[in-house]
Formats: sequence, C-alpha cells, structure tokens
Amino acid sequence: MTAIISIKNLTKRFRASDGHEVHALENINLDIEQGEFISLIGPSGCGKSTLLRIMADLIQPTSGTLSVNGKTAAQARKDRDYGFVFQNATLYDWRTVAKNVQLPLEIMRFSKQEREQRAREMLHLVELGDFENKYPWQLSGGMQQRVSIARALSFKPGILFMDEPFGALDEMTRERMNNELLKIWNNLGVTCIFVTHSIPEAVYLSTRVVVLSPRPGRLAEIININLPRPRGPETRDLDDFFHLMSRVRGALRGLGATDGKHIESY
Amino acid sequence: MVDSAKPDLQLEPTARAENPPPDYSRLRTVITLVAIIAVIVVFWEGMKSFSRANDYELMIGGMVIDLSNFNNTQLPHLGDIFGAFFEPAQRNGPPLYQTLLSAALFTLGEAMLGFFIGAVLGFLLAVIFTHSRLLQNGLLPYVVASQMVPILAIAPMVVVWMRQIELSALAVPIIAAYLTFFPVTIYALRGFTSVPPTELELMQSYAANHLQIFFKLRLPNALPQIFTALKISATASVVGAIIGELPSGIQDGLGGAILNFNQYYTQGPPRLWATIVAAATVGILFFGVVALTERLVVRWQVKESN
Repeated sequence: MTAIISIKNLTKRFRASDGHEVHALENINLDIEQGEFISLIGPSGCGKSTLLRIMADLIQPTSGTLSVNGKTAAQARKDRDYGFVFQNATLYDWRTVAKNVQLPLEIMRFSKQEREQRAREMLHLVELGDFENKYPWQLSGGMQQRVSIARALSFKPGILFMDEPFGALDEMTRERMNNELLKIWNNLGVTCIFVTHSIPEAVYLSTRVVVLSPRPGRLAEIININLPRPRGPETRDLDDFFHLMSRVRGALRGLGATDGKHIESY
Repeated sequence: MVDSAKPDLQLEPTARAENPPPDYSRLRTVITLVAIIAVIVVFWEGMKSFSRANDYELMIGGMVIDLSNFNNTQLPHLGDIFGAFFEPAQRNGPPLYQTLLSAALFTLGEAMLGFFIGAVLGFLLAVIFTHSRLLQNGLLPYVVASQMVPILAIAPMVVVWMRQIELSALAVPIIAAYLTFFPVTIYALRGFTSVPPTELELMQSYAANHLQIFFKLRLPNALPQIFTALKISATASVVGAIIGELPSGIQDGLGGAILNFNQYYTQGPPRLWATIVAAATVGILFFGVVALTERLVVRWQVKESN
C-alpha cells in the first residue's frame, strides 16, 4: 500500500511574541495509508494541532517534506482533497443548518440542486435530517459538531482532518459521537487524522495511535490498535482495550522521563 | 440517537404554546414610556409654577438663586408649544404644523441622500482598509482627523464649492454625508476584521478566494455592527442636513425654520420649540426605519463573544 500522507523530517519553529524561538515540532516522520484512522495524542503544547494544520496547509512547516495524495499539501488543499473539522463547530450563525452544510459546495460552485441534495444526504448521515431549517444556536453542542462533520464530508473528500472535535462534549455524548464517526468512517472509507486528548477515544477509534512528546514536539511512539472490528460499546469492555489504554498511558507518562523514550511496561 | 433529541424538545411546540399566557412585555413598554413623559411634564410645569410663585428668585441661606430660566420666554409652557403647531407662523399663513411638515420632508430628503452617500463611502473605505494594511495605516488617521473639524467650519466651504460646479443641490447632502460615513467606516472595518480565526481557516481549507471570503464570511459577520453604525448615521444625517442648510441660505427646510424662528424668538418662543420637536421627530423616524430594516435583515442570534 502506498502512503496517502507522507511526512519526512518535518520541523516547525516559530517566534513567540516574547521573541524567543519555540520548537513546535522536531524531525517528524510519519506515513499514513489509505483508509487508516490515525489519532494524534499528547499533552497540551506538544504540537499535535500544529502538525494537523501543517498537513492541511493552513500552516507552513519550517523544514522537511510533506506529501498529501502524492502532491504538495498546498496543491491538495487547492484540489479540495480534505475536509477539516475544528474543535468548536465553527458554524456560521447567519446560516441555517442546511445552508451551513452547503457552504463548501457553494464555494466549489456545485449546482443548487446538487447542493440541496448533498446537504440532505449528509444531514441524514449524521441523523439530523429534521433540523435543516434550524439555526446553529438552536442545537446542542453535540448536534452542532455533527453538522460540522456533515459539512466537512459534503464534498466527499478522501481525507478528514479533525482537531479535537469532541473535546468540549460530555462523556456520554462523546461516546455516542465516537460510534457515529466510526460508522461514517466505515461506510465512506475516508482516511481520518484525529487529534485528541482522550486516551479511551484514541484507542477506541484508531488503527494506530501516534503519541507526541512536548517541547519540542517529537514522535514518541506509534501504537498499533488491533482491536476487532466492527467496534461497539462491548469493545470498551475487552481486556485488550484496557491493555492498549495503559500502553498509550505509559507512552504518555514516559514523556515525563528525561530521555523521552522510556516506556512503562504493564 | 433517539435520546439525543431530548435536549431539543423545547424546539417543538408544547401544549403551553397553544394557549400561551398573555404577553405583557409590550404593554409594560408603553406604560414605561407614558410614565417617563408624565415625569418630564410634571417636572417641567412644576418648576415653572414653583419659580413663578417665588418671583423667579430663591433665597437659600443668604444666596440668591436666579430662576428666570423658567419664565415663559425662556421655557414656554408645554401646552403653548403644542398649541403653536396649530397657529399660523405668519399672518394669514397656514398653521405651523403644515409649514413644519413640508420643511421636515425637505430636510429628510436631504438627510436621506446624505445618509446614502455617506453609507456607501464609509462602506467602501472599510472594504479597502480591510484588504490593505498599508492604506489603513496611511489613511485611517485622516479619516479620524476629519471628524475633529467642526462641521460648522466645513459647511460654508462645501456650499461655495458646490455652487462653483453648479451642483448646489448636493451641498447639504454632502455635509450630511460628512457626518455619516465615519461611523460606518469604523464599525464595518471592525466587523470585517473581527472574524474568529477558525472561521477564516475554514474558508482557507476550502481554498476560497478573497471575494468568496468577503461575501460569505466577512460581510455577514459585520452586518450587526454595520447596522449599529447606520442607526448612528441616520440621526447624524438629520443633524448634518439641518446644519448644512444654515450657511447655504436654504429656506425650505428645518434649518431655515430654526434660523427664522430664532431671529423672531421673543415674539413667539413656542414656535422655535415646536420646530425642535419636529426635528427630533424626523431623527427618531429615520432611526426607526433603519432599526426596522435591521430586524428584517439580521434574523440570526448573534453569538456572544467568548
């Protein structure tokens, strides 16, 4: 299999407002294959959101190479190869739910008929078919985030970047959203790159969990998650689920050690 | 997903909505308005009769306080001001309300044209400043400085210039526009540029062009602020039109009426007061029209700043 996203020796430094240089990311190497579900996990300030934004060409790397769909990240963005879901739903207040989902389609000059059809289809997919004409403020946080996922998928991109999309939701809603997301990932075969703070979320969703260490952001460990699929509520009760969680936790805890590479056994 | 709909139950019409409790909020507004007017009337007339009873002088601990401001020349009875509307301003002329109505319409016409010119100019400046830091840094100080110059100093020059290029009819609207473009520029610029960073990133992730970002994000984001500016501009344009009429010698508007009744004030103080009431009414009406338009255009709930 060929890598759909390939990152080599990627480094990002920027100058903080107080003048000194911050090493946000240091020598990152990562290959992501078609159809994978990759979680980026790490403590605050480890640069996981920065890495995601570099892949999406919203931020430029300082050095290193990066290819998305076999082209530069900039070209992939111009070709609308990916959808991006932000931490807050980022819906436009002045648009109804359906019109929000249609926003990328308007920008990409789809016909009105196709826009309406796709918005209906996508809202159905995230089970918000009855809320087309509501405004964002009339929805709960979880529903808003589902609209934002529908919007990101409306133009059928092959890649979905998600920046802590469920971070602001309560535990119950978050678990339900995890199931929804897995269903969508299964049905559409998109490649997901998912930034999160939550260990159970990362383990539950991913094919691989990428653990990042902070200051400078380094790739500490990549953990394969070979839990059986399809996954559901019962997955969370498996012994392997707990083992993998403690492996991730161990990798994260190992970051506190001076060499940054020590991993606790379980 | 059935349970996810539960928090949104209040969206559905409930049994109570079919038989809603009477809504007193409108009635309360009306009562408050009437009460405020009543307080003003009582205070106004009360001070007048109190002053007259004391021969317009009050002694407090050996200090003499002059109350002559409350005499009938300097502060007419409210009834006299109201009555002035129905008396002719000149012998054998039409009642004052007719004179004032045509003057008000004339001034309103000038104000609206000035408002329109100012709003368009202010909007365009904001668009330019949004897209060019250089022009914003270079020109914005002059835009601010323009408002430091008293309109009374500018107005006669505008009248002379416009007369020279034979566009005298535009002199007053331009003076009104001078007062109205400024709030629109400042508020629209703020609205265009105060877009949350992720909302801008969203547009970049779609590879949207500048035009699309402007019309689909910056403009709708700025509309609540633009309407705030337009409400300020609506009232300022009436003031600008009235002031503009003074040096241009225009007799047909409220400015001319104010000048005229000011000159003959001692012969009929209530006429000037009635004219002031008319001018205030024009401003309030224009403000109301803009506020109503806002309610039709800005139909979404504006996000609280977080």
